[in-house]
Amino acid sequence: MTQPTEWRPARLRSSRALTPDIRLLEIEPSVRAAPVPPGSHLGVAVMIGERPDTRSYSLLDSAADGLYRIAVKRLRDSRGGSAYMHGLAPGARLSIAGPRNHFGLALGRPGYLLVAGGIGITPLHAMALALHQAGAPFRLLYAARTRQDLALADTLRARIGDRLLTFADADGARIDLPAAIAALAPGAEAYVCGPYGMMEAARRAWGEAGRPAQALRFETFGTGGRHATEPFTVRIPRLGKEIAVSRTQTLLEALEAAGVGMIHDCRRGECGLCTVKILAVDGTVDHRDVFFSEAQKATNAQLCTCVSRVVGGGITIDTADRTG
Amino acid sequence: MTDAKAFPLNAWYAAAWDHEIGRALTPRRICDRDVVLYRRTDGGVAALEDACWHRLLPLSLGHLKGDQVMCGYHGLVFDAAGRCTFMPAQETINPSACVRAFPAVERYRLVWLWMGDPALADPDLVPDFHWNSDAPWVGEGGTFYGLKCDYRLVIDNLMDLTHETYVHAGSIGDDAITRSPFEVTHTDRQVTVERWMEGIEPPPFWARLLGKPGHVDRWQIIRFEAPSVVAGDVGVALAGTGARTGDRAQGVNGFFLAAITPETATSCHYFWNFVRNFRTDDAELTKALTRAHVNDGKGVYDQDHDVLEAQQRAIDRQPRQPFYNLNIDAGAL
Repeated sequence: MTQPTEWRPARLRSSRALTPDIRLLEIEPSVRAAPVPPGSHLGVAVMIGERPDTRSYSLLDSAADGLYRIAVKRLRDSRGGSAYMHGLAPGARLSIAGPRNHFGLALGRPGYLLVAGGIGITPLHAMALALHQAGAPFRLLYAARTRQDLALADTLRARIGDRLLTFADADGARIDLPAAIAALAPGAEAYVCGPYGMMEAARRAWGEAGRPAQALRFETFGTGGRHATEPFTVRIPRLGKEIAVSRTQTLLEALEAAGVGMIHDCRRGECGLCTVKILAVDGTVDHRDVFFSEAQKATNAQLCTCVSRVVGGGITIDTADRTG
Repeated sequence: MTDAKAFPLNAWYAAAWDHEIGRALTPRRICDRDVVLYRRTDGGVAALEDACWHRLLPLSLGHLKGDQVMCGYHGLVFDAAGRCTFMPAQETINPSACVRAFPAVERYRLVWLWMGDPALADPDLVPDFHWNSDAPWVGEGGTFYGLKCDYRLVIDNLMDLTHETYVHAGSIGDDAITRSPFEVTHTDRQVTVERWMEGIEPPPFWARLLGKPGHVDRWQIIRFEAPSVVAGDVGVALAGTGARTGDRAQGVNGFFLAAITPETATSCHYFWNFVRNFRTDDAELTKALTRAHVNDGKGVYDQDHDVLEAQQRAIDRQPRQPFYNLNIDAGAL
């Protein structure tokens, strides 16, 4: 029942470095962009070697001037999308889809806490601008590895002033999430985008503060976990298969490529349709989804194949495929 | 009137009378979107997209749990901001799961919704409709829900009262209307059509209300506020007693009020009232005036209702550009 993606032509207007590994790309659609609500992302068709694929990038602002702005970090763990985006020259033709929004900002709350980690700044950049324009009470806490990695911080500070607080790990500066949450008005909302560990810490602190789960908003593309991305093997005894999952493949993609029938939908660790039973683990499961609770992840009974991985060996699973 | 969808979304539209929204889930279609309305325990009104995030079943078929709506199909629960707070058979909630929440305000005895960009939903932009709620004005009012015509046909109807002569002969209609000159003025959001009929025989409706013999000066000062509210200052006073220069002491004055909300491109909800500032304690008169406007097919507005729906049916069947315009149409244009 998912709607088919409609692709539209666009052109790369400009590309410039914000930090050594983050570039700001301005994309001009062939039909002028309509205003976009904060939290929206754009689909972009990319080439991974010879293979076409798609990536989603959060928009930095409302596209009021008709241009879509995204910031792309070149990841060491990249499956190839960010390298492709960094290699594009101005004038390059693109195919884009959307924008769509899974991370909508609700206006009218009594307070807002925005928390960004690294390249997770992108959707929160748009939210901060919207909240600032609406005159809403908010703070944006933005952490990165070093000061140099705090892309967009200077231009953002020029617009929202001391509502922006920055933290560089290298300086030993850490966001105090419990304190930031305690300072929020009752009924306030928090919006978090960053590495897996940050999201997990935010969920824990939010729950411990006794705040309602639905008031903590987050978005995940399932691209990072607690461990680095590495290849691993998956065995399915009932089907008599042993499959190698490469560093640039998800477990779900590897299973599909090997002809294992899989049910899936969101491909970002949210819906829980692609889960499989874990029979044995050789190494550690890196759960990267938001479908299972912390308690469920601790039992290692199942995993979400679209985002979760294994480090230090392999995994033995069973699937729902009974065609054999 | 040729474009299919000519209702601006960034505007406040009347969606219900405030007394109609309680602890029941009330479905309503506004600007081609299905909305469910209900009253929160703090007394405020919530308006959500009337379709569950999961399988699109109308949430209005579910039920309220405190301030939250539980879908009647698989039990997903959404709060008044449209956030999902419960999903069956899992320990977490999908972070993408939500339904749209529409800004809602109560003002002038009506619930108004903003169907466009919530960031622009400034309550100060609710059109002036204070005659509907504030003293000294008194009236009951009602709604034609799902009137089968483009909302702009209703505005067209109200901005040119020449039609009273032909549609409402015997009550407020009168040849004097068609003979009298009128003046049209406008700003960027408002249009006013002013017409004075001096020294005329009062039409039956006004003669009864005035209760005095003799000729009258009659006025119609009709004010439109974009996109869809009309307030008409109407009345009669004994001829030559200074009504036109501001002294209405020898007369009777009312306002007809209309907030017209697009339901679809070819149907609308027409919230109407007729308020007066005389004999305000006379409950019988209030009832009688309501009956005069809507009376099981025999009131003044019932007559308009018939004309408007017949007009829409004709437009739907006509391939030509639907309208020619006359001088009398300046107010509507």
